[in-house]
Amino acid sequence: MTTTEQFEAVKTEAPRRARTFARADVPTILLGLLLLLALLFPIVYRLPYPRDLAIRVLLYAMLAQAWNILAGYCGQISLGYAVFFGADAYTSSILQTTIGWNPWIGLLMGAAVAVLLSLLIGYPCFRLRGHYFAIATIAIGEIVQTLAINWDFIGGARGLSLPFRKDSLLVFQFQTSKYPYYYIILTLFALCMLVSWRIERTRLGFYFRAIRDDPEAAQSVGISITRYKLVAMAISAAFVAAAGSFYAQYVLYLDPDSVFPLSLSILICVLAVVGGTGTLWGPLVGAALMVPLSEYTRIHFGGTGRAVDLLIYGGLLTAVAVFQPSGLVGLARAWWRRRWRF
Amino acid sequence: MFTVPPPEVLAQGILSGILMGFVYALIAVGLSLIFGLMEIVNFAHGEFLMLSMYTAFWAWALFGLDPLLSVPLCAAALFLLGWLTYAGIIRRVLGGPMLAQIFATFGLGIFLRAAAQFLWTPDFRQVGRAWVQGPVNILGISVGLPQVVASGACLVAFGLLYWFITKTETGMALEATAEDRQAAALMGINTARMFALGWGIGSACVGVAGAFLASFFYIFPQVGFLFALIAYVIVALGGFGSIPGSLVAGLIIGVVEVLGGLFIAPAFKYVAVYLIYLLIVLVRPQGLLGKF
Repeated sequence: MTTTEQFEAVKTEAPRRARTFARADVPTILLGLLLLLALLFPIVYRLPYPRDLAIRVLLYAMLAQAWNILAGYCGQISLGYAVFFGADAYTSSILQTTIGWNPWIGLLMGAAVAVLLSLLIGYPCFRLRGHYFAIATIAIGEIVQTLAINWDFIGGARGLSLPFRKDSLLVFQFQTSKYPYYYIILTLFALCMLVSWRIERTRLGFYFRAIRDDPEAAQSVGISITRYKLVAMAISAAFVAAAGSFYAQYVLYLDPDSVFPLSLSILICVLAVVGGTGTLWGPLVGAALMVPLSEYTRIHFGGTGRAVDLLIYGGLLTAVAVFQPSGLVGLARAWWRRRWRF
Repeated sequence: MFTVPPPEVLAQGILSGILMGFVYALIAVGLSLIFGLMEIVNFAHGEFLMLSMYTAFWAWALFGLDPLLSVPLCAAALFLLGWLTYAGIIRRVLGGPMLAQIFATFGLGIFLRAAAQFLWTPDFRQVGRAWVQGPVNILGISVGLPQVVASGACLVAFGLLYWFITKTETGMALEATAEDRQAAALMGINTARMFALGWGIGSACVGVAGAFLASFFYIFPQVGFLFALIAYVIVALGGFGSIPGSLVAGLIIGVVEVLGGLFIAPAFKYVAVYLIYLLIVLVRPQGLLGKF
């Protein structure tokens, strides 16, 4: 190498390295800002409505993120996730109303029930591929909802009300202000994000993606497909279950139509798919856009009767599937790469 | 839990189950045809049915056409819808990931359902003063005349479809494409056109079934969902891609639905149907007459 060439190399190398260093810091700074915004939100917005909206955004983001662990990373598309949501909501509530157990213990018990249920559903159903699995999960969801409506012990179609208590973190109830609920769901969601982030970066995530992209190849290199699908489903069921318990304590009333419906299962998928499946931030992006959008259309087009939000959901879902299967996050990533020529 | 119904109720139940089974079979065969052709499940199938029922309803409400007369209209409209769905959506996701394949039609289903609700309100509607109405007596069992007409017509449509697939040149080309895409293309079959045709015919089947259903069933935006779930069960039971399988499975499901309602409780009749789906896909994934 001649001296001029060396000089040229150094000249082009140096600024690039400096820029890469700055660019590597961008995500950390953005993450810090986002966290700060999330923590400050209830202090800035003191009215119940925006707080309620933020709580629901986080709740749905958590459900979508949990679904994403199984569907996005592991490629098993379930259309019956409301089963786990409702199973935990009912377990923790029943434990509370009948034998007076603390809702936090109820949350854990409910999560255990949901994990057990996920193994019971998953073990036989994971033999099914693609469309068959998706339809099987719809069928299971419908069966569970019908059983819940007709089971008098858990209140049947009338539903189940939880008793009012004094505000306390210990009993998981706050009547005077919504902000403790906000911080609880924020913590739960952050935990869910953390676990997803860890999964994405560790061996487990590589197993999941291998199973998603080519099950035969994954099996041929010694990955036990059923076992890791079950692991993915158990982890995501546990998070969906925790969200279910939170919902029960937040609303203090449950009925099969609000915790077991197919529309909830669908909503979970819509948020994750539009935001971007198989990405860490997709579910949050999806929930942060679509949940307020749904509110907005209800305010401006009057009630759920016009179904404008569903119109948009359906249209977006098809558009994303056809044009950009990696969702909005994928779109942003592609744009970012073009813009900065990574 | 279990109640044993008296024999005459049982006989009537089984007969009406069989009659409904023919209609179910025609709905399911459209789904089965498309799946056999390209291994894609149309998750908007129920919404196609709903649109066909609304087409028949509006033809009656606006122009006074009886649902029986709007059968060709519904079939043509749905053929077009199926063709357009293939050209606009399915063609683009054919080689894509499973997720895109499922959510492309799933999203379309949600969109169509919401569009129907947006345009025509969620009200239940019904065609009044249809040409065929009232009960009819078959071997001492009383059943609705519209159901008899619908099931007879669906059986005829089914026969026509079977003749078309197995006896005509286009039908055989369709079958060849289903069996081996590449080989068919090498033999000079335009497979893209066969796919579009498959979507058109599959949807037209639903169109015919929808027009007949409109003469005796309530019409509302969510009506398709129930029929679609039953159609998935039938297709899985009969074997994805098998046309005779759909007919056999349609009859079985029609009867099981009624028996589940009679023996257990009306609320649980669909639970019985879904349990059959789970049992079938787990024990015999290729279905009764399926090839795969």
